[in-house]
Amino acid sequence: MRGTSGVLIMKTMQLRLTVNGETRQWTIAPGDLLLDVLRREGCYGVKRGCEKGECGACTVLLDGKPINSCLMFAAQAEGCDILTIEGLAVGDVLDPLQEAFLDHGAVQCGYCTPGMILNAKALLARNPHPSEAEVRETMAGNYCRCTGYLKPVEAVLAAAGRAPAPARSGRKAVKR
Amino acid sequence: MKIAGQPVPHESAHGHATGEALYTDDLAGRFPRLLHAWPVLAPHAHALVTALDAAPALAEPGVAATLTAADVPGEADSGANRHDEPLFPSEVMYHRQPVAWVLGETLEAAQRGAARVSVEWQPLPAVLTIADAIAAGSFHAGPLHLRRGDAAAAMKASPHRLQGELAIGGQEHFYLETQCAIAWLDESGGVVIESSTQHPSETQEVVGRVLGLPRHQVTVECLRMGGAFGGKEVQANPWAAIAALGAWKTRRPVRVRLPRALDMALTGKRHPFLARFEAGFDGEGRLQGAAIALYSDGGWSLDLSEPVMWRAMFHADNAYFLPAVEVAGTVCRTHKTSQTAFRGFGGPQGMLVIEEILDRVARTLSLAPELVRERNFYREGQTTHYGQPVKDAARIATIWRRLQASSGFRERRQEIARFNAAHPHCKRGIAITPVKFGISFTATFFNQAGALVLIYRDGSVQVNHGGTEMGQGLATKVRQIAAESLGLPLQALRMMPARTDKVPNTSATAASASTDLNGAAVADACRQLRARLAPIAGAMLGCPPEAVRFAGGEAFSEGDLVQRVPFAQVVEAAYRQRVALFAQGYYRTPGIHFDQKTGRGEPFHYFAYGAAVAEVEVDGFTGGHRVLRVDILHDVGESLSPLIDRGQVEGGFIQGLGWLTVEELLWDAEGRVATNSASTYKLPAWSELPEVFEVAFLEQAAEPGVICGSKAVGEPPLMLAIAAREAIREAIAAFGVGGVVALDSPATPERIFWAVERGARRAGFRRGRGAGGGSGPRVTLAEVNGLACERFVGSLGGVFEQSPWVAERAWWRRPFGDVDALHAAMRFQVAAATRAEQLALLRAHPDLGARAAMSATSAGEQAGAGLDRLTPDEFARLQRLNARYREKFTFPFILAVKGSTKHDILVALERRLENGVEEEFQEALLQVYRIARFRLEESVT
Repeated sequence: MRGTSGVLIMKTMQLRLTVNGETRQWTIAPGDLLLDVLRREGCYGVKRGCEKGECGACTVLLDGKPINSCLMFAAQAEGCDILTIEGLAVGDVLDPLQEAFLDHGAVQCGYCTPGMILNAKALLARNPHPSEAEVRETMAGNYCRCTGYLKPVEAVLAAAGRAPAPARSGRKAVKR
Repeated sequence: MKIAGQPVPHESAHGHATGEALYTDDLAGRFPRLLHAWPVLAPHAHALVTALDAAPALAEPGVAATLTAADVPGEADSGANRHDEPLFPSEVMYHRQPVAWVLGETLEAAQRGAARVSVEWQPLPAVLTIADAIAAGSFHAGPLHLRRGDAAAAMKASPHRLQGELAIGGQEHFYLETQCAIAWLDESGGVVIESSTQHPSETQEVVGRVLGLPRHQVTVECLRMGGAFGGKEVQANPWAAIAALGAWKTRRPVRVRLPRALDMALTGKRHPFLARFEAGFDGEGRLQGAAIALYSDGGWSLDLSEPVMWRAMFHADNAYFLPAVEVAGTVCRTHKTSQTAFRGFGGPQGMLVIEEILDRVARTLSLAPELVRERNFYREGQTTHYGQPVKDAARIATIWRRLQASSGFRERRQEIARFNAAHPHCKRGIAITPVKFGISFTATFFNQAGALVLIYRDGSVQVNHGGTEMGQGLATKVRQIAAESLGLPLQALRMMPARTDKVPNTSATAASASTDLNGAAVADACRQLRARLAPIAGAMLGCPPEAVRFAGGEAFSEGDLVQRVPFAQVVEAAYRQRVALFAQGYYRTPGIHFDQKTGRGEPFHYFAYGAAVAEVEVDGFTGGHRVLRVDILHDVGESLSPLIDRGQVEGGFIQGLGWLTVEELLWDAEGRVATNSASTYKLPAWSELPEVFEVAFLEQAAEPGVICGSKAVGEPPLMLAIAAREAIREAIAAFGVGGVVALDSPATPERIFWAVERGARRAGFRRGRGAGGGSGPRVTLAEVNGLACERFVGSLGGVFEQSPWVAERAWWRRPFGDVDALHAAMRFQVAAATRAEQLALLRAHPDLGARAAMSATSAGEQAGAGLDRLTPDEFARLQRLNARYREKFTFPFILAVKGSTKHDILVALERRLENGVEEEFQEALLQVYRIARFRLEESVT
């Protein structure tokens, strides 16, 4: 809508949701994407990768389920409980997945890491002991251009308590 | 405890895993009154801008300013080498090239403004392929030459010769973080730019040039990059320049960030190459002489295409001694994105050509490819074709033998032969290939680095150097080097982001050499600081300075296990005695040189070696493949940071695998990048990770004269993936009866499928051309490529029976290089169609022998098989089987009948009645593809 001065007047609306355990009320435009709103409000761990729901870098957990926040209007998240990477560690205590990604060298540039860890978090929540095949299948929506996926597979399995020691000096491959 | 050599996590891993690590665009929220920039994009690959009026954009609410050539105080060009990249061109040189920019209070306002800028264009013919560029004489550089001996004479004297061509596809970087820069003015008339750049000093230079400022007024910082892979070596510059220009004009902070689709449309990629080669060899497969002509698709500007071509030429030997060789390299100029650095920097393309040649030699002589490769290895004392001694040449054979043993290569080869004998439609292949990769910038002057190490009075340390972090682990390794040198725990050292006001005139973080260079510079600074602190500590410990050791955050006298002084106390004492607690370090690689005119020299400090064994399985029906197992033995010298090095090897291999097997760049006939998102450009995903992936490092391989004895690891492993391509070729060969297996790169399912088909044809699989009838007028491929959609459909709409939608959907993938490509594109559309569409297509086919609703083409094909001359018995049998078939499968029996007899058809019909429903559905589609293929051969020349 355009006002008399020619300045564009955006309709706004109120959004109430819970982010990382805190209830928040934000003023948004109806067309704002969840990704943009979360970043605007300081959750920079929600990454802009492809803006088309292809790369998984903007993954957040919505009521425990992984979603691409670039494909969702913020307004659709009304009343939902959102977990971003910023809310995963408890104080200084990292989640076992975060620990495993560090120890296994599963991060390189780090840009895909938050989305990947959150997707893995959702996987382990519903299936605490996935097979390697299940890990590969579930994580298929998270692109990584650096690691070649081997170390992330190892990290997720290690966090699930299924893999032996970190692969710092060699790895016996796990068959599919 | 030693810190160098320990498998420590990435320096930023904690920040990465918690979301605290910031990238350029994450800083945007810190700038009040930030403006967002959006470009006005050209709708032509080549056109003159005959008029441009940006003023209407200012009428759009929320638009703050426009940027055109008139706003540039300095030189409106961002070309790094040749100044050939106008920021506001009057002649656009590639599709979607920005011609003006709009700055808005929001990104949307800038986009609306850009849409209102009025531009008039005069379209011009565009050169879009290497072949067109060669025909038109459209070149940026070359031919460049490297020569040894008389290649022509050597080939003439050889008992065997071959010649051929290889097309090599490019590669999109697809760094997860797209190009981004934020610029603002500082308080003293200068400009500061946060940029996702691999080369802050060059970004500084380009911004200074555009704004007409001396470089001391321009500061560039790069916090870290979300991947770069070469794509931000020079191509970060234009976006930084626009942001800086916008800030300069508006006095407000300006952000330029390319969304993915724009990043893929506007930025350069790995160079596509075309290689033409000739080789002479003896009966045992030893190369006697070779002539290799390389052509790269440089795109619209020169960029780094010339050094990329040099590196391709330097690596046209890979690990092999070429007694007489002539390598020529030409950079083609096309109206496409300006192709640029990408991990390997031309090396992968050069290597692929010699591997192609050796595979052809092996298949020509019916020898095992690994045997031919081994026979051609460099031996100690030999030099490359540009005159550099191949140091540690024996490592190639050592790695080769050890890897063959550890991977069970020979036994698996036999297992695979048994598997293949038992599986007619599915074949496995195994291959081993070597890598020898030269380390150093081939432009010698880039091989220098600086550092600035600051010790504070509490004993904490800041480390600055000229390298940037893009995930490769440079900061991790340099921190280990500094910690080792100063005897401090890692957490006592903070790695600072690369800033041009800390270390000036830096080289790009590239060429795998950044640890070698920056690590050595930091070590130099730490050495000086240690030397200054040793006398202080010695006085505190009561020992001579030479006896002082620093380790574990303490100073002590060698041999004295009791008395220790904390590092911080030594530092405070040094401060009070007025000792400088900071030092600059410097390093330049010794002994390297190269003369482009003579093509002689020693451009590399050393070579990194490695080899890989890959095993794949290929499906003959689809051309799809799976990588079953990969074994790698790689030479990283003495690993400085094993967790980082391992990650580089694994990630590099998968990225190379992507380049060689799944990533295919396509441009349409208008010059648009057709693959401009992850939905159209296939990236390696979790599914591409080999089922078994073993990585090991060559032991006792310390490299003297390099920091910590470690070798560069960023690029070399990418080329290990050539083993997977060769394994695929081995599997394709198993479908045929021997001989050369031509296979362009990437080895996509389409290319694999057609290679299998060609092999099968050579093996005598019956696909003869029957007396076709009813085909329409023949057209040439060039004509097809030039047709508008409607006419294209008019011409080829009947290739798939009564289903013109196939042609319609395939049209946008023009131009097609050959009939294979055209067929593959149409076939792909069918494969990607819905089940209902596929079923409708099958049902559109006539019953064999029936007369109703048969298209002219089908009638002709069926007459060719003699179906119009059936005896009454045969007719009745055919009708009976047809009816049963239809009842079971709900679609008519379809067979590519050309070349078949009545008898063949009846036998096939009976056999296929036994199939399951899904199996037969796929079989019918396969027959439809074959029919389409015959029809294309009939109608397109």
